[in-house]
Amino acid sequence: MGLKQKLESGGFAVTTEMAPPKGTDFKRFKECALAVKGMVDAVNVTDFQSAVVRASSLGAAAILVEEGLEPVMQITGRDRNRIAIQGELLSASALGIKNVLALTGDHPSFGDNPQAKGVFEMDSVNILQVARTLMGGKDLAGNDLAGTPDFYLGASVTPVYDPMELQLLKMKKKIQVGARFFQTQAVFDIELFKKFITAMGDIDAKILVGVIPLKSPGMANYMNKNVPGIFVPDEIIERLRKSQDRVKEGLKIAAEFINEVRQQKLCDGIHIMAIGAEENVPALLEMCDLDSAA
Amino acid sequence: MVITQPKPFSEILQFLEGKKNIFITGCSLCATSCMTGGEKEILAMEQKLLEEGKQVTGYAVLDPSCNKLQARATLKKQKQVLDSSDAILCMACGDGAQTVAGLVNVPVYPANDTMFIGEVERIGHFSEACRACGQCELGWTAGICPITRCAKSLLNGPCGGSRNGKCEVNPENDCAWVLIYKRLKELNELDQFMEIKSPKDYSKASNPRRVTVGK
Ligand code: SF4
Ligand code: SF4
Repeated sequence: MGLKQKLESGGFAVTTEMAPPKGTDFKRFKECALAVKGMVDAVNVTDFQSAVVRASSLGAAAILVEEGLEPVMQITGRDRNRIAIQGELLSASALGIKNVLALTGDHPSFGDNPQAKGVFEMDSVNILQVARTLMGGKDLAGNDLAGTPDFYLGASVTPVYDPMELQLLKMKKKIQVGARFFQTQAVFDIELFKKFITAMGDIDAKILVGVIPLKSPGMANYMNKNVPGIFVPDEIIERLRKSQDRVKEGLKIAAEFINEVRQQKLCDGIHIMAIGAEENVPALLEMCDLDSAA
Repeated sequence: MVITQPKPFSEILQFLEGKKNIFITGCSLCATSCMTGGEKEILAMEQKLLEEGKQVTGYAVLDPSCNKLQARATLKKQKQVLDSSDAILCMACGDGAQTVAGLVNVPVYPANDTMFIGEVERIGHFSEACRACGQCELGWTAGICPITRCAKSLLNGPCGGSRNGKCEVNPENDCAWVLIYKRLKELNELDQFMEIKSPKDYSKASNPRRVTVGK
């Protein structure tokens, strides 16, 4: 079953995320992907995450298809104008990539080539818009396509955001132009997540809550300070500080969170972002109470 | 107004290497307000050039430097001095420097970096609010420009990065989209926000542009 079928039939989906390598060596990328094969419904491939030069998400997603995994290709508007975005989407479809997640993209000033010119000709809403236009057999200028792509479209949302109403209004716009599923920024506080779900009201979309397994109290503090939309509560930082094996404790905390959202039926799935520790994802999934994805 | 900043003097000296007799032009409008090309700054520049062993053959505050007819008339009066000069150092914006360069037969060098179209908040404080995109969006954004004041020029609302109403790219700046949202809400016009904005027509900003006012 693919991601779309899983979500649209009311199942609980599991996705995880991997960054393409900086260089041409895909060995670790493939190993980590193969290790979660059968355990997840799809694997996100990040698109020059944090504005860092790497292999592209299109290339890495195509490699996942080759390895028999289902990718979610992330695509941002930072580095491409409308011509490049349309071309990339057409290529993706031809290479067997079905899921696309549209993002605005981090500003180049955060990356490792901060001199770069940010393009930002299209925002996340525009990328969804153009994907849908292509699915209708035309390009953005109204020209006919020979062969039409078919995508399952997703976007992101930040559950901890002030003002919340603004985040929800933008979410509605994304749905209006075709987003069916949302992967959220990482959440650590279940009460805050519940607040978000309540605030969503009758907004109709599939929600995969973001989960980051913490590796240390330092990582939690860093994210609290520097990553917008992330809030790690003190109790969690304290638990990590006291534990003998912090990585394991971090996985345990993540697993408890996952089991909780699942049991309380708060959302439609989870999205695990291991940020550099992808090899821990199988162990985390084994600690969770999930049906096998296969 | 066009906001300028002085180039580092070392960069100016590099331009002027091997040139002895320098004529300086300034500008009566923007560069005077920016304190980069008024009479005061011209005289200070003259002093610095003299210290470097250059000769300053003369100067003129063009009124303004971007007005071709005005600049031509003023420079015409200085023809003899200009003919004896090896270079002109232009203390205006990039437009003013090009206007001058098109009128003379000596090399023209910019003394300033041209920064942006900006607003004078108070003396010496300038901020960018318009990027001259060619099709003004202010009509539906409560008078706050998302093209310029959002670091990513987003058209359909904020990225996920704003924190406490500040922009992720530079926390000293307000997030333009939080400002727009709050203002639209105050004005009871949030439905403007909900409209899907298609990507902008950038052919309207394809340079160089030209405007001719019809008779
Ligand atoms: S939308 Fe912004 S950049 Fe464009 S003309 Fe209006 S104020 Fe200037
Ligand atoms: S934080 Fe606000 S102003 Fe800054 S890039 Fe994001 S939307 Fe634009």
